Amino acid sequence: MIELLTDLFSNFWISLAGKLALVALMIPLIGMALGFAEIKLSAKMQARVGPYFAGGRWGWAQLIADGIKFFQKEDIIPAAADRPVFKMAPMLVLVSTVALLVVIPFGPGLIFQDLSVGIFYALAISSLSTIGILMAGWSSGNKYSLIGGLRAAGQLIAYELPLVLAVVGSVIMAGTMSMSGIVEAQIEAGFPYVIFQFVGFGIFIVAALAELTRIPFDMPIAESELVMGYLTEYSGFRFLFFFLAEFANMFTLSAIAVTLFLGGYWLPGIPESALELAGPAILLGKVFLLAFVMIWFRWTFPRFREDQLQTLAWKWLIPLALVNIAVTGILKVVL
Amino acid sequence: MTIDSATMRHLSEAQVSVELETEDMTLNIGPQHPSTHGVLRLVAKIDGERAYDVQPVIGYMHRGYEKICEVRSYPQITTIVNRIDWVSGYANEIPFIVAAEKLMEVEVPPRAQYIRLVLTEMARISSHLVFMASYPLELGAATPLFFALRERERVLELLESVTGGRFHPNFNRIGGVKPAAGAGPTQKKTTQDLPSDFLSETMDAMEHMFKICDELEDLVAGNEIILARTRGVGKVPVEVAAAYGLSGPNLRASGAAFDLRKIEHYLPYDDFEFDVVTGTNGDCWDRWYCRLQEIRESAKIIQQAIDGIPSGDLQAKVPKMIKVPKGETYVRAENPKGEMGYYLVSDGNLGPYRLKIRSASFSNLSILPWALEGVLVPDIIAIMGSLDFVLGDVDR
Repeated sequence: MIELLTDLFSNFWISLAGKLALVALMIPLIGMALGFAEIKLSAKMQARVGPYFAGGRWGWAQLIADGIKFFQKEDIIPAAADRPVFKMAPMLVLVSTVALLVVIPFGPGLIFQDLSVGIFYALAISSLSTIGILMAGWSSGNKYSLIGGLRAAGQLIAYELPLVLAVVGSVIMAGTMSMSGIVEAQIEAGFPYVIFQFVGFGIFIVAALAELTRIPFDMPIAESELVMGYLTEYSGFRFLFFFLAEFANMFTLSAIAVTLFLGGYWLPGIPESALELAGPAILLGKVFLLAFVMIWFRWTFPRFREDQLQTLAWKWLIPLALVNIAVTGILKVVL
Repeated sequence: MTIDSATMRHLSEAQVSVELETEDMTLNIGPQHPSTHGVLRLVAKIDGERAYDVQPVIGYMHRGYEKICEVRSYPQITTIVNRIDWVSGYANEIPFIVAAEKLMEVEVPPRAQYIRLVLTEMARISSHLVFMASYPLELGAATPLFFALRERERVLELLESVTGGRFHPNFNRIGGVKPAAGAGPTQKKTTQDLPSDFLSETMDAMEHMFKICDELEDLVAGNEIILARTRGVGKVPVEVAAAYGLSGPNLRASGAAFDLRKIEHYLPYDDFEFDVVTGTNGDCWDRWYCRLQEIRESAKIIQQAIDGIPSGDLQAKVPKMIKVPKGETYVRAENPKGEMGYYLVSDGNLGPYRLKIRSASFSNLSILPWALEGVLVPDIIAIMGSLDFVLGDVDR
């Protein structure tokens, strides 16, 4: 039986289909898990109960019910909208998220595709979602959406540099750009890189929050200013796509941060032979820990102003990241 | 085919002007918008993120209260004025009732006056707590909303236990206050007073309120981003504030210690010790902080009033059919939003001949075109929110 399965998956196309199906299944599951965590945690922080009735207990089925509701909604496209672009935007955002999952190592050898330029690929793909946001804002035929989309584009320029520069430190330490290579280097070194790369880690988290357009950097949405920003005209399942993409993006960016700085699927003290099985669980645990921090930020902080984000990015994060790279490089050569 | 030089020059000039000029976008903020506090509409010309020539458009909530009041009898009018500034409904009744009493020359029993004062200050606390809730939300922080509204609920429950209404108490009568809640036709008149445990519970609630103020200060003022968003934003110098007729915390935040509770004697505020809270810069931060401090001051006043509340009647002797003698008067009061005044003209009938309502929010809002000139779009919301107006109070 197992031989048969191995035979089956050695076929390129069948294994590709299997991987695709797995990804297609993972995105809604992750989205729902994180979405539910967000709902319940925010309720806890705000002296509320949160969803309570759906599913019978703790409202666990709330997001499933929400998803079904979204699919039942009428598909509204504004008359002034640029229809093909309007329809394509949510897909592009979701696709960029899905494509990010490809290079995340869930365990030793447990990776959809171990690219030699993994982290480079991840950073390039992750900025695709901003193009989708810009498309959504531009095509909606709504002024609030337009401002939101342009804000997202401005944000992309501001945070993309610190995001890339923050990663360089880990890459220098590991000596490879392959995602699984970086994890293996950390296992070999015996410590997660965050111990020496705490500056890079901090910058990465801040820039990732900006990439996710989450509070304190949710200016493209900014519901108290721009109604819902680039999402204003979206409803039904197109809105659901954005919603899923937001949470799946939170997962993938957290997973990248975990891989680069927190040792990925590895935990000190766990024998390497056990990682095959325990790896995914360890990774998920770390990812949810980071996601919790992001949710915590969201319900604690107010929103920055767009110019304040630019100041933060150009005057603080980029110089800090450059210093971090220089110091890491010098130490790498000296030690 | 040749193009003559004049056309060429024309084309090149057109090219240059296209490159240099950017077109403004007219942005309609409201009347349906998450943070315009109702149905305010702002027509803003924006160039990128910068707004110019912001014009507020009001009137979407006009309910014609001044006219309605002319065809209602005096006791009926309190129900209407309750709904002007619905966030602090109780406080709206006071200046009107005091104006009518002034013309009728009725002496209100001291206990009724103290009850009025306690409830007015509670209305002020609940109104300021709404601001504490909504303002961080406008800056993007959702959590203070729930903390502030939870405490407001406690205050509203106390208000309800006395008056029977959370938002629109309709509790004042000419010559005193309504016999307390639950006093229906079946109850004997001698038992009609405040609910037995109201005073002690209010005392506890006010003690709790100091803690809540500390908590809110920690949560909001301890946040660097809030400070970055509000410090130095929307500065209103005191001369400009006075020129636009700002009043209440908005004026005091600019540095003027102008508080009608100290100047006018519509309620026995002279019996109590409290500070007039003033700011220094008149920016959004000062307006926020002034309101927080005013909650503390109001809690202090309530505690003092409960300590010294006299016993006695709730109601002075007034005729069954209330007719206000011919004459006119203007009574103003320090409402949570600012100065609220009623100019009452009576021709000796059952209802007023004319009732002019001076509401605080209307004047407070009038500064918007000045304050919003050349600010960024996010600051529009920050400044607008910090002025804390209610559209019912603007349009009446």
